[in-house]
Amino acid sequence: MPKKIRVLIAKPGLDGHDRGAKVIARALRDAGMEVIYTGLRQTPEDIVEAAIQEDVDAIGLSCLSGAHMTLFPQVVQLLKRRRSGDIVVAGGGIIPKDDVPKLKKAGIREIFGPGTSLAEIVEFFRKAAKGG
Amino acid sequence: MNPPGRDMAESDGRKALKERRRRWESTTLRNALASMPERRAEFTTTSSRIVKRLYTPLDLPEDDGLGKPGEFPFTRGIHPTMYRGRLWTMRMFAGYGGAEDTNRRFKYLIEHGETGLSVAFDMPTLYGYDTDDPEAKGEFGTCGVAVSSHEDMDLLFDGIDVGSVSTSMTINAPASVLWSMYLSNAEAHGVPWTRLRGTIQNDILKEYQAQKEWIYPPEPSMRLVVDTFEFGSKHAPQWNTISISGYHIREAGATAGQELAFTLANGFEYVRWGTDRGLRVDDFAPRLSFFFNVHNDLFEEVAKFRAARRIWAREMRDTFGAKNPRSWLLRTHAQTAGVSLTAQQPEVNLIRTAVQALAAVLGGTQSLHTNSYDEAYQVPNEKAVRIALRTQQVLAYESGVANTVDPLGGSYYLEALTDELEEEAYGYFDRIQGMGGVIPAIRKGFFQQEIANSAYRYQREVEDRERTIVGVNEFVVDEAPDVEPLRVTQASLRAQVDRLRRLRRSRDSKKHGRALDRLRKACEGDENTMPFILDAIRAQATLGEVCGVMREVFGVWEEPLLY
Repeated sequence: MPKKIRVLIAKPGLDGHDRGAKVIARALRDAGMEVIYTGLRQTPEDIVEAAIQEDVDAIGLSCLSGAHMTLFPQVVQLLKRRRSGDIVVAGGGIIPKDDVPKLKKAGIREIFGPGTSLAEIVEFFRKAAKGG
Repeated sequence: MNPPGRDMAESDGRKALKERRRRWESTTLRNALASMPERRAEFTTTSSRIVKRLYTPLDLPEDDGLGKPGEFPFTRGIHPTMYRGRLWTMRMFAGYGGAEDTNRRFKYLIEHGETGLSVAFDMPTLYGYDTDDPEAKGEFGTCGVAVSSHEDMDLLFDGIDVGSVSTSMTINAPASVLWSMYLSNAEAHGVPWTRLRGTIQNDILKEYQAQKEWIYPPEPSMRLVVDTFEFGSKHAPQWNTISISGYHIREAGATAGQELAFTLANGFEYVRWGTDRGLRVDDFAPRLSFFFNVHNDLFEEVAKFRAARRIWAREMRDTFGAKNPRSWLLRTHAQTAGVSLTAQQPEVNLIRTAVQALAAVLGGTQSLHTNSYDEAYQVPNEKAVRIALRTQQVLAYESGVANTVDPLGGSYYLEALTDELEEEAYGYFDRIQGMGGVIPAIRKGFFQQEIANSAYRYQREVEDRERTIVGVNEFVVDEAPDVEPLRVTQASLRAQVDRLRRLRRSRDSKKHGRALDRLRKACEGDENTMPFILDAIRAQATLGEVCGVMREVFGVWEEPLLY
């Protein structure tokens, strides 16, 4: 049996809006993946630590408070510093369109805005885990 | 708690109605369905409630128990004349960047005709951290205004007469601290507290359930809430010391019925805590206010407001023994559903917001915030906010819906929905009671799981295209949205941090230290904390310092993890 895809769904910063993160966690689980949900108010350090401990293939970050420009790139930098740059990072939330190219340049593989279909997100993590 | 028994004994009139209905079904309807079937096997509301083809008097009890507006049980509204007497308060939720940025936005909104203020605080403020706290990194002013000290509060209301405007503050875990800043600001400007009108949200229960901006565990948090009830009833009698909020419960994924049930269950819990403290129900109940969401399903939303008023009035009178009719009134603010806004074709959000605002007005709200069309991207820009305010003005002055009281009252569909929602709420009250009450149910994760389940079901319905979202899963166009960005400047952040550091350097450190010590002792004991928080604020303590003391005494809450 192939190894299950492992994804960490994390809420960085102080933002309490967890509807999206929970829906995504459940959709990935229903798609057969192993999902670790961190809960709220995680620092980038907490998230990277959990990702390494749990040996995940990818991390999904959710932020609706507007702090994404500070918090998302930090996660990528910390992963690199911990020699875990192979873990794919994606993000979602309330993200102004001008920030998307900047986040991608900072190493966030994909940004999913409101209205993205669950199928698209599931597909993204499936490919990411295969090294795609 | 039980809903009232409704007499369904069949009269001759009712028998005749049934017969006519049967005839229609077997002739006219049958022929129509034979030549053209309906579009779907089942029609449902936004909350997945099944909607019947036709509603008739047969869907209502013979004695509808509706009553008149301004009279018990207030189904048709809390005032006999409703908007003919006074329009709802147009209150736009606003806040970003530093106090000066938001002060400018307040003045802009007042200039364009808004009639009440409403403050959105940033995340660090909501969690009781100062702007320069390491926890606050990256969060300054992004989804509200940063207020770390009474100086910030003073700047926020610069040039605005707090003695004449009514101000709502969306603040929960640190509500008593921000309120103390507002009170001390009024004091400094010579405005007596008895003249102050406004609301602190101060609804901690729904934080554990949905909005998740909690600090301390439930019991000390509830104590702080009751402290404000007690203090407010004595010193600021026109101030609403709580806004019991379904809004965030709904945004987090709840259905209309769950929003209604959980909000009212929370409301009753606050009343119990107040009376357990020894307060007389009629001393604080008139200052309890509410806040509901208005989503897309027009009739279901209108029904929700009506059911809420009826249940609250009945329980306050009959279960809690309130004698003052003002204690029976469910006075509410409403806000259109942020969660319904789409990033795709954002201009379409203008129409969604207009429909939702219409529902709030038909539901008899006392005040209303309308969302801006760009909010799937950011805190709204000036133009977007102005159009949102104009939406309310069109409803108030052009649509004619404010000309008569409860214009939908008596609609078979609406009245049946109102009854159904009421029944659903009582079903939940029983389940919550069965778990030992609201706080044990929070600890079990009951509300959190119910909400997550509804959110997931809704998303699956959208995913499977059982539910159409215009521009998202149907009627899609490939075009880049045109939204003008709004940015919080680094200059605002620097000004805010400089101000804070200056305040910490220049204050009387002995007086400040003593005030915090006294606050700590009060928190450890069982005195009302409000006078001690006020003294700390007068001694120039910051938000982070006051909440820091409370964190040490009360501890912090860890929520059950589930999804």
